[in-house]
Amino acid sequence: MALVNRSLWLTQQYNRLSLKQRRTAMGYVFIMPFILGFAFWFLVPAVVAAFLTMQRWNLISPPRFVGLYNVNRMLSDPLLLQSLKVTVLFSAISVPLGLVFAFFLASLINNKFRGVAIFRTIYFLPSIVPAVANAILWAWLFNTEFGLINFVIRALGGPKIGWLQDPNWVMVAFVILTVWGVGGSMIIFLAGLQGIPKIYYEAAEIDGAGRWQRLLHVTLPMMSPIIFFNLVIGFINSFQIFVSALLITNGGPQNSTLFLVLYIYRTAFGSQRMGYAAVLSWLLFAILMILSFFVFRYIGSRVYYENPGE
Amino acid sequence: MAGKRKRDQRPLGERLFHWLTVFLLIFFAVVMVAPFVWLVSSSLKTQLDIFNYPPDFLPDPWVPQNYINALTYKPFGLYFRNTVLVAGLNVIAVVFTSSFCAYGFARLRFPGRDFWFGIVMATLFLPYAILLVPSFIVFSRLGWVDTFLPLVVPQFFGGGAFNIFLMRQFFRTIPEEIADAARIDGCSEFGVYWRIMLPLSKPALITIGIFTFLFAWNDLIGPMTYLRSPDNFTIAVGLASFRSQTDIHWDLQLAASAAVTLPVIAIFFVSQRYFIQGVVMTGLKG
Repeated sequence: MALVNRSLWLTQQYNRLSLKQRRTAMGYVFIMPFILGFAFWFLVPAVVAAFLTMQRWNLISPPRFVGLYNVNRMLSDPLLLQSLKVTVLFSAISVPLGLVFAFFLASLINNKFRGVAIFRTIYFLPSIVPAVANAILWAWLFNTEFGLINFVIRALGGPKIGWLQDPNWVMVAFVILTVWGVGGSMIIFLAGLQGIPKIYYEAAEIDGAGRWQRLLHVTLPMMSPIIFFNLVIGFINSFQIFVSALLITNGGPQNSTLFLVLYIYRTAFGSQRMGYAAVLSWLLFAILMILSFFVFRYIGSRVYYENPGE
Repeated sequence: MAGKRKRDQRPLGERLFHWLTVFLLIFFAVVMVAPFVWLVSSSLKTQLDIFNYPPDFLPDPWVPQNYINALTYKPFGLYFRNTVLVAGLNVIAVVFTSSFCAYGFARLRFPGRDFWFGIVMATLFLPYAILLVPSFIVFSRLGWVDTFLPLVVPQFFGGGAFNIFLMRQFFRTIPEEIADAARIDGCSEFGVYWRIMLPLSKPALITIGIFTFLFAWNDLIGPMTYLRSPDNFTIAVGLASFRSQTDIHWDLQLAASAAVTLPVIAIFFVSQRYFIQGVVMTGLKG
């Protein structure tokens, strides 16, 4: 009964509103799930993370205020330095390489010919393999003695490479398996390529532009917002590499795959140092913010938008 | 593009380019598929044959028993049930709440809308990893650790920025006149959303539904963080713990991996018409 009264009251209130107010109320009803979700699952955890930075807490005994202890610890933590080093190195190699490869594959399947759908499917397939199965598969492919990759290299006369044992080669291995799974950004590139009006190419051709010039002066400028989008998403994803590092090498050899998120995960759930893990999470956030800022500042300003303000 | 007669008349450079394209297409198709072939081939070998060098390309003898051994080594049936439960609830949550929010962003005009849509786009770029630790603490305070709730409930609140974005883009391609006609006939905004927009958006809804299902099926980090008792494990967690326990049993590990990958590929093949075309057609317009 109370509920009925309440809803009657609401209806009366709603009827009393002007048309404009009604529209506003209706709009907020529709986006309310997102607003609530943002408050519960983003703002609340952010506040918790801010609180935790000054605490020492192992989840069991009550949190203890330690001031800037966690921050000081961060400044002299050799493992953190190592994880930053390998994460930045991995991103710096895998993101540009993956971007070029995805763009290249997208151009290949942007042609119209019979059976193109099969190639689109095949190129996309690696990116939907479950992360755990993917990790096991690549651990096997990179196996030094019995793996397919070393078999092919040796058959071509190359040396036997210790992909997962050598700290230098292991980075190459992770780049290869990441680049293999670029199907997602490839599809986004493909969508962009298909959105370029044919008339631009025809106009360029009439002006005598060759294939290379059409790529340089039509395709790339038209694609620049999408390249930019994939670049930003690529950096965000590569900084969060976790599952393959955990399952293929578990951070080794000699911490050469101790990527930042793996280190955060270990700090929180391995050694139960929640406060320090929160500080590291903020650090990751800060790095990605600064990186995004520079990407937007220096690359974003070169992006060409066909219809600005849309 | 061109008929056979025409192709022969193209200049030499064009023809070379054409054949180079064909070669590259096939070469990369082989590169993309080879690991899968290798996975299936290895998973059907005996525990000894798998360590042959040089490796045999086809198993001899074939050992399909590997699959049975792998899937009964751990209660994968139970993991399967858990995963389908979590993934299914995720799909329901995402399909309804992301389209609901997207309707507000796409079709209603009100002060603050663009501000909130800016927040949606900002969360799109927010890495999930930074929230891992604080979210865990929030959920453990709620007493939700070792339940499916942390993996399901948040999805009912908008269903993720990317899905809202995708649905909004799709809604904007539907002519406003259809909705106006319904409004004149006395349809409320909820009615327009439910009876007009949703039925017209089936391809987009199917696309995000499949994305969501695959994401939930594949996700390791969430279930690994929140699920503690083996009875609650999803397939991803089960497979990860399987790997740590069967270190040198490559035959079983690979069989289990192939078995987990197979449903994903099957879903993908059945639905790829929606999957790729859906993104290609509606993904980035406007």
